[in-house]
Amino acid sequence: MLEIRALECIRDDRLLFSDLNFSLSAGEVMQVEGPNGCGKTSLLRIVCGLRQPEEGEVLWQGESIRHNREDYYANMVYIGHLPCIKGDLTVLENVRALLDTRSLSIDAKTTEAALARVGLAGFEDVPGKALSSGQRRRILLAFVELAGAKLWILDEPLTALDVQGVALMESMILEHRAAGGSVMFTTHHGMQLDCDMRSIELSAYSHADWQERD
Amino acid sequence: MFKAIWRWIQRFSSPKYFYEMSARLIPWFAVSALIIGVYGLYLGLFKAPPDYQQGESYRIIFIHVPAAWMSLFVYMVMAISAGIGIIWQIRLADMVAAASAPIGASFAFLALVTGSLWGKPMWGTYWVWDARLTSELILLFLYFGYMALQSAIEDQRSADRASGLLAIVGVVNIPIIHYSVEWWNTLHQGATVAKFDKPSMHIDMLIPLLLMALAFKLFYFAMVLVRTRNEALYRDRNRRWVRELITGL
Amino acid sequence: MLKAYYYLLMRDLRLAFRSRHELANPLIFFVLVVTLFPLAVSPTTEALRTMAPGVIWVSALLAVLLSLDRLFKQDFEDGSLDQLMLSPNPLVVLVLAKVTAHWFLTGLPLVLIAPLLGLFMALPDESVEVLVYSLLLGTPVLSLIGAIGVSLTVAVNRGGVLLSLIVLPLYIPVLIFGANAVDVAMDGLPVRGQLFFLAAVLALALSLAPLATAVALRITASR
Repeated sequence: MLEIRALECIRDDRLLFSDLNFSLSAGEVMQVEGPNGCGKTSLLRIVCGLRQPEEGEVLWQGESIRHNREDYYANMVYIGHLPCIKGDLTVLENVRALLDTRSLSIDAKTTEAALARVGLAGFEDVPGKALSSGQRRRILLAFVELAGAKLWILDEPLTALDVQGVALMESMILEHRAAGGSVMFTTHHGMQLDCDMRSIELSAYSHADWQERD
Repeated sequence: MFKAIWRWIQRFSSPKYFYEMSARLIPWFAVSALIIGVYGLYLGLFKAPPDYQQGESYRIIFIHVPAAWMSLFVYMVMAISAGIGIIWQIRLADMVAAASAPIGASFAFLALVTGSLWGKPMWGTYWVWDARLTSELILLFLYFGYMALQSAIEDQRSADRASGLLAIVGVVNIPIIHYSVEWWNTLHQGATVAKFDKPSMHIDMLIPLLLMALAFKLFYFAMVLVRTRNEALYRDRNRRWVRELITGL
Repeated sequence: MLKAYYYLLMRDLRLAFRSRHELANPLIFFVLVVTLFPLAVSPTTEALRTMAPGVIWVSALLAVLLSLDRLFKQDFEDGSLDQLMLSPNPLVVLVLAKVTAHWFLTGLPLVLIAPLLGLFMALPDESVEVLVYSLLLGTPVLSLIGAIGVSLTVAVNRGGVLLSLIVLPLYIPVLIFGANAVDVAMDGLPVRGQLFFLAAVLALALSLAPLATAVALRITASR
């Protein structure tokens, strides 16, 4: 489904990783591991197509995502460090706004059910600025759920979430996997996933000898 | 076939290869610029006849006009190489663009200074809102914008791509700006101002002018090579070829 | 695709109306700057008339320039910009939606208040009409070109001055023709040429600027 070929990433004159190859097929969950600053976020942003790699490419269904954006983005959802929440919009409007960029028209019932699931029932008309940061992250979880994407790319999805929130994220990932979806994520919190999980240690790809090249 | 050409391009555009090649080219450009420039100045300042209207003061055109031409030419070079850098991700092209900007800005500045020096005897003042001078001033601002953006972004590649895009936008705009300024000028111009490029330029004036233009171009090539070499050294300071070069291994 | 355009436009308009106090700021700025000139130069009718076209146009330019930030700044800071770039819809369309919203919120109010400023600056009636037309054609260009500038500088700390350095030279043609149209109209001369030029620049900007902005946004995201 997703294939990463010979990726290389340089940031601020520092080689973060190079010659990174892997693929992710339907129903697979993968954790990207590594210490701070090893390029986990950069990797996820490259896989999303937000960042251009120095070398290599990302393929979706066998085609480079640079030539295949429409199909790829219809099937991929990404959440990053930033909450994407507008303080002046209500919770419901925030979810709607996020879904609208994906041109998804989802009826009110489904939306409200998703909000209820992430624990925001009764908060539909509360403006974003009145929410705690954990609640904002929960809006994103509802968005991920509703986006209907096969591939989830989650950068630190557990940030600011409480215990129930973490459990919720875990069960969402498991359900998504059971439905044949794939997940690629990073986290510094312990995520207890009761399933086969691949992991990749990013720091193993930061070749210290890169300066030997011309 | 395509792959072979691509590999060839990559080989010749590697900073290391460039660094070695350019060392051999720079003296040729520099020396020929010097010789042609001195000869052109000699012809222009001593041999060319005085202008029947402007007397001797017109002779500054042998500096002013080539500088103005070059300021535009360098901007083109900058935009084209920035475009190559963005599309094909050739690092050398980005370096050439970044190295060209201050040179082009200096040419624009020189054209402005010489233009206003020429203006003093002609118009009685150092600055007149003449179409050419105004366009040149705007061009200088475009250069400043490019350089400011280039230095404001820390990540080198983002800086190259962002400022490169700006240079390309600038190139699309230059003809529009030029046309509007010309048009604006014809509206507001009171007395007729003598123009530099009269259609019938005396051949004794034309030859030194063209020689000077050639000398300026050669000078630019020498300068851009020197500056691109510095740029390559700086950007690749962590790579092996630079380290070997410095430690002499 | 049209839906995505419409929804994004509506979202931006809704957001703007939720913080109404900010909405009026560019407009007040515009009127305020114009007011400074009679005070600084001279309030006589002839003096006002000679400087009116230039003063009004320069003030409009600055008002748009100062409001450019809101085009992408907030979306960049809260991460929404990333989501826009990950949309299955073409980025150009979304950019166009954002620019349209920006114009509705800054350009259009400037156009609407221009007659009042014409009154302040003692412009004759027929040139007020031309002022409105020239602003109507010119302000969208300011938003379109400005979008390129913001998308290049949105990630730069304290990019405000940098933005004006980049954008103002590109605004010069619009300024020249816009101010001149009003100037010429005061003398009762035909202004079609100037307005056609502005329309041509608008058409060009409309077709090229969103593309450049989309590329610029991808560059900005790629760091």
